[in-house]
Amino acid sequence: MNSASLEYTDRESLKAIQDERLINTVKRSYERVECFRLRMQEIGLIPDDIHGTEDLAKLPFSYKKDLRDYYPYGLFAEPMENVARVHASSGTTGKRIVVGYTKNDLEMWADCIARMMREVGVTEKDFVQVSFGYGLFTGGFGVHAGAEKIGATVIPISSGNTANQIQTMIDFGATVLCSTPSYAMYLAEEIERLGLKDQLKLRIGIFGAEPWSEEMRGKIERTLGIKAYDIYGLSEVMGPGVAGECRFQNGMHVWEDNFIPEIIDPDTGDVLPLGATGELVFTSLTKEAFPVIRYRTRDICSLIPEKCPCGRTHIRMHKPQGRSDDMLIIRGVNVFPSQIEEVLLKVSGKEITPNYQIILDRVNNTDTFDINVEMSDAFFADDIKSIEKTEKTITEGLRSTLGIGAKVHLVNPKSIVRSEGKAKRVIDNRQGKI
Amino acid sequence: MIIKQLSVFLENKQGRLEAAVEILASAGIDISALSLADTADYGVLRLLVDQPALAEEKLSESGIIVRQTRVNAVAMKDVPGGAYGILRLLSGTGISIEYMYACVGRVSGEALMVLRTDDTEKAEKLLEDNGFNNVSPQDIYRI
Repeated sequence: MNSASLEYTDRESLKAIQDERLINTVKRSYERVECFRLRMQEIGLIPDDIHGTEDLAKLPFSYKKDLRDYYPYGLFAEPMENVARVHASSGTTGKRIVVGYTKNDLEMWADCIARMMREVGVTEKDFVQVSFGYGLFTGGFGVHAGAEKIGATVIPISSGNTANQIQTMIDFGATVLCSTPSYAMYLAEEIERLGLKDQLKLRIGIFGAEPWSEEMRGKIERTLGIKAYDIYGLSEVMGPGVAGECRFQNGMHVWEDNFIPEIIDPDTGDVLPLGATGELVFTSLTKEAFPVIRYRTRDICSLIPEKCPCGRTHIRMHKPQGRSDDMLIIRGVNVFPSQIEEVLLKVSGKEITPNYQIILDRVNNTDTFDINVEMSDAFFADDIKSIEKTEKTITEGLRSTLGIGAKVHLVNPKSIVRSEGKAKRVIDNRQGKI
Repeated sequence: MIIKQLSVFLENKQGRLEAAVEILASAGIDISALSLADTADYGVLRLLVDQPALAEEKLSESGIIVRQTRVNAVAMKDVPGGAYGILRLLSGTGISIEYMYACVGRVSGEALMVLRTDDTEKAEKLLEDNGFNNVSPQDIYRI
């Protein structure tokens, strides 16, 4: 059976495929992955107890923390000689997390992205400008492979250098743009300002890796004269392409022959009825190097039970509307407040973290990232030079830990408002600003 | 002589300086010299007061970051070249000045120069050896 026909296969046949793959994934993980085996043993479960997707809820959850505890390769189900590539993303603390792919995994990943690209009209005649970052981040290489699979001409420009991006788009005749939505918005405004829209051949945009609104989609589409589509994914599960929109732009199809989504109550862990809003959980069905079972994404969203007019049987998910943990997405990068605490603790050299507050805003389509840190005895010196040095040490520590820059401001002690003794850690003013 | 100066952290926001000075006023503390160094975000207020220990306690109690710093105080003639004489003495000795400020002294016709260097002891010795040991504690503190 080829993968294209699987997109339209009836639910009953799809379930049979999922059952077989789930049983196999559970068995392989139990035999090869200590973390999973221990969790199964804790609740007295063996692989033979799993007969199909109806038993999914019996299985234990897995968490981002597991990737840190078994860093770097402890959760892999294949020996490293079978692992063709690794990617990495930020963990909840300074240590990043690592994921791995076999050749088959990379093939499956490319196939998922190619499905979406084909559906929204990308063909071998297209020029796909990939403005996602290339590197340990899954964005660049992931989308690249999907576009190559279709036979399109790939322009692997990576992120950054706006003037060069626009020039390349014009000179190389890019027809498809892949990037974060905020970067697409920024490019669109620059193009409009420079009056270069007429020289563009762009017709399709594939955007993801951060939250964006329908309003923002409308603005990007109008300014660039394109159709903009949403793509979803996360490194722990695979990368971009776990789900993607079809031409109807109404929810993203989760490729259910490879991934099973569930929506749970983040507090109780109970599976919620179809259509309810809760935390998204994924189980991989075909991944070899790094299979995930009931992985808690911490993304809050809902699944769409209705059939899609495009004819695909694979269920759709709404764009995530928030997080069940405190992770922030700033300029497309995942940031946990605990990472910031770690840096401050290191700089202050004390056991108590200085009080701090993160202030996010959006100016000219770019996220601004400011951190107010309350001055303490540990940071204070009576000359400005020494204080500036401390400020710089914090700023550089944050940059190397988070991978993005933040503006650090030292403020008066106790000036960060506390409610019931706890300071409000994050003020996010980005809502509704495009 | 080496004297105790108070250094206070102030966020660059309306009312912060006023609040700190008010605490000193209500504790009956007399400020004899004051200097403010600032950046866009914050400043450091440096103070000579008559009762440094009490001032530090009162400011700390109010949650203000304050520290005692040892600085050199020198009296100089309030005439052209007065400051130059002291700076010339320090130049070429390897002592570098972090900051300095001056105020009018209690003795008529004299000014008080406050110096913060990277080596307070060495600076003091140099000043003493050159006849600048000319400030009495009464000039600074209420004794």
